Amino acid sequence: MLPIALEEATKIVQAFLLSGKEYVCLMQLHEDIPSGRVESILQEFAGEIYQKPPLRASVKREIRKRRIYSIDILEVDGRRVLFKVGCQAGTYVRKLVSDIGEVLRYGAHMSELRRTRAGPFTEDKDLYTLYDVLNAYASFKENKDETLLREIVKPMEQAFEYIPKIYVRDSAVSAICHGADLAIPGVVKLDSHITEKAPVAIFTLKGEVAALAKALLSTEQIMDQEKGLAAKTVRVIMPPETYPRMWRSKTSKTSITDL
Amino acid sequence: MEKAPPWKLERELVTRVDVETDPNYGFDPHNRPIELHMRYGLINLDKPPGPSSHEVVAWVKKILGLQHAGHGGTLEA
Repeated sequence: MLPIALEEATKIVQAFLLSGKEYVCLMQLHEDIPSGRVESILQEFAGEIYQKPPLRASVKREIRKRRIYSIDILEVDGRRVLFKVGCQAGTYVRKLVSDIGEVLRYGAHMSELRRTRAGPFTEDKDLYTLYDVLNAYASFKENKDETLLREIVKPMEQAFEYIPKIYVRDSAVSAICHGADLAIPGVVKLDSHITEKAPVAIFTLKGEVAALAKALLSTEQIMDQEKGLAAKTVRVIMPPETYPRMWRSKTSKTSITDL
Repeated sequence: MEKAPPWKLERELVTRVDVETDPNYGFDPHNRPIELHMRYGLINLDKPPGPSSHEVVAWVKKILGLQHAGHGGTLEA
């Protein structure tokens, strides 16, 4: 499955770098191992693991903690082990398999990998082929029928289903879309478990994504404090003219009617 | 770090103030006029096994007449 973002929505692909994944993987053991032992060693990798990104990675090559949410054997055929794994963003399955092989003593390597989930998008729901896209577009162009297009093309906001959100008042939106950081007074509601430095999505009250940001405070702090900055804007998504400028200057109060 | 995967977590919101949004600006993402819907849209594509992700994105752009499109990452091997 491959999520493809269209036009302006291209800016949201960063959200996929933050999203948890699921894969189906075919592991090739280098020795015959009883499946009971394979199963129990595999379970030792569920939970927190340590990984150093491989040479070809674009991230800093230092050991980091990653979480394996689940790891389940689907099928075993001699030395070939098919398993499903759910993991935190940035987990290298190839390295995981290699480490499993180390613990099993004789080694193992990954021979096939298929991604079955990226954040909220899975391969068993709302998956469409190129043909479906062609068909939907033809339906729209020829018969002015939007239904198929609207079914196949989802709002970009769906990519943020599992990313913590901060919802802001209308008057804060324009400033944020110009790159300003989010000040506490602009916050209307927010995810209850935001921690400092957590990546967050800034949303309007209509549920539109305005920008990607990094929390500067936790939810408790944002709720407790009256002023200060709540989040640092990292990537603006919404075009700045969408909501009107409602910045208060130091000398006057601007309202919508003044604009 | 949460033990449960994000797709199994219950998320809650806390409200700081009680304000409304002006219907004159922006759109509910599910009610965008079609031109905007397409510009802010995402397709979960069943990619055929042969061609690269880059090629597939190029095909989608061609079919829909788009200027830009991007994909949500290939495999992190």
